[in-house]
Amino acid sequence: MQFFIEVLVGGLLSGVMYALVALGFVLIYKASGVFNFAQGAMVFFAALTFVGFQEVLPGWLGMAADSSIVFWLAFLLAFLAMIVLGVATERIVLRPLVNQPHITLFMATIGLTYVIEGIAQMTWGATVRGLDLGIVDEPIAWLMDNYEIGISKFDLFAAGVAASLVALLALLFQYTKVGRALRAVADDHQAALSIGIPLQTIWRVVWAVAGFVALVAGMIWGARNGVQFALTFTALKALPVLILGGFTSVPGAIVGGLIIGASEKLAEVYVGPFVGGGIEGWFPYMLALAFLLVRPEGLFGEKHIDRV
Amino acid sequence: MSYLSINNIEVIYDHVILVLKGVSLQVPQGKIVALLGANGAGKSTTLKSISNLLRAERGDVTKGSVEFKGSRIDQLTPADLVRQGVIQVMEGRHCFGHLSIEENLLTGAYTRSQSRAELKDSLDKVYAYFPRLKTRRSSQAGYTSGGEQQMCAIGRALMAKPEMILLDEPSMGLAPQIVEEIFEIVKDLNSKENVSFLLAEQNTMVALRYADFGYILENGRVVMEGEAADLRTNEDVKEFYLGLSSEGRKSFREVKHYRRRKRWLS
Repeated sequence: MQFFIEVLVGGLLSGVMYALVALGFVLIYKASGVFNFAQGAMVFFAALTFVGFQEVLPGWLGMAADSSIVFWLAFLLAFLAMIVLGVATERIVLRPLVNQPHITLFMATIGLTYVIEGIAQMTWGATVRGLDLGIVDEPIAWLMDNYEIGISKFDLFAAGVAASLVALLALLFQYTKVGRALRAVADDHQAALSIGIPLQTIWRVVWAVAGFVALVAGMIWGARNGVQFALTFTALKALPVLILGGFTSVPGAIVGGLIIGASEKLAEVYVGPFVGGGIEGWFPYMLALAFLLVRPEGLFGEKHIDRV
Repeated sequence: MSYLSINNIEVIYDHVILVLKGVSLQVPQGKIVALLGANGAGKSTTLKSISNLLRAERGDVTKGSVEFKGSRIDQLTPADLVRQGVIQVMEGRHCFGHLSIEENLLTGAYTRSQSRAELKDSLDKVYAYFPRLKTRRSSQAGYTSGGEQQMCAIGRALMAKPEMILLDEPSMGLAPQIVEEIFEIVKDLNSKENVSFLLAEQNTMVALRYADFGYILENGRVVMEGEAADLRTNEDVKEFYLGLSSEGRKSFREVKHYRRRKRWLS
């Protein structure tokens, strides 16, 4: 039983990490109807920029590398870089493509992926770096002593960050004027334009927020696996999460993440031995595929409304 | 100086397709002006060149000017224009399908910074004009009927407190009774709220009944203009747009299409 709980909780917590990446997709998909292929690259770019600033700032400011001022300043600068990236994307990629078919925009984001990856590595170099958030990846002693369940402090911290981020974004979308405008733009660009919602501003806001989410995701993933090019592939892990939770739902991203995380770990442990193991890598995609057949809009996604 | 005036504009789509070939028209303050014509005559393009939605469709006003209250508006963004009081209700309604009716209306107030109470007032006002929207306020707009969506689209535009509404084909796909209902509300808004309307319509009969003035567009040119009452009794308009001729009703079997020539083509 303890083992089951340990696997389940471990899976749920790693699912939260997937959800964190999926969130960025949801934001941009909601506001522009575009599946942003570059989200993975943005996660990489953000993490690399953060680490890069962490390296150069102590020299510039003459401070110790582990001071919290350096940490927060690097965070702020990385966030600024993400805003600049978002605004530039809007200006250079999105604006000329207003009212083009979604597939055109999707193709443009594929191109954008390479540009972002290139810029990131050109600026900061391609070496693998470590990232320390000051939270150790070790089991919580109290749980370990009393119940013999090993749950990582780090995972719990990541889950907390993700949960608060999701709550914040859900509130933003549902109850604020900008959130309403975001959803309106997602439904119909042209109509939004016609009633005076400035598309450019909305897109800039969305890309900046998605950049922020990418930064948080990048920092947490980077702290876990090191800041390296492989971070761009976290985007692939987010895909089944999106399909399960729905492309348009912020809470869907988190629920999808939990399901994917838990099911892949449980499948690995309990089903894996029968088929020779190693199913963790592909199980989520199979699950998503099966799900597509039953409920293509996902658990919480917006249904396609067609008047007939 | 007139209120809204379009002076000899030419519109080209995609740098090659010439759609408007010198259209001029005026909308006086507080009036309803109808823009009539067949499919592809350029009605929607004219409206979009006023509201500046054209650029998003790769169209461009290449000649002429558009003036509102004496100043040129053809370089403004749609959002700036809405702030100045000119708003377009697009053809085919374009409600936000996944938002509730009430949320749809609230998005219309995006350009206005108003307090919660003011917002509530504007909402109540729209509900007073469209009681049917009130009963459906919490349903997703995508699941409402065509008439309700048209009302929602007009109501949404009203939330921006416009002085002038460019209304594109409000009768599209609606039952005659609903069309009548919507035009009654347009007339009401015009007289009570002093909103001016430029109305693009294919339904010439209804449009001319409610409008003060009319322009007829054909192949990107204004071919006829006049008081709505005059247009209604004009022989050509009667024959080509209203389906009536001087001999009264007739069977289409006997119609010879070359029998009567449009006088404006000569």
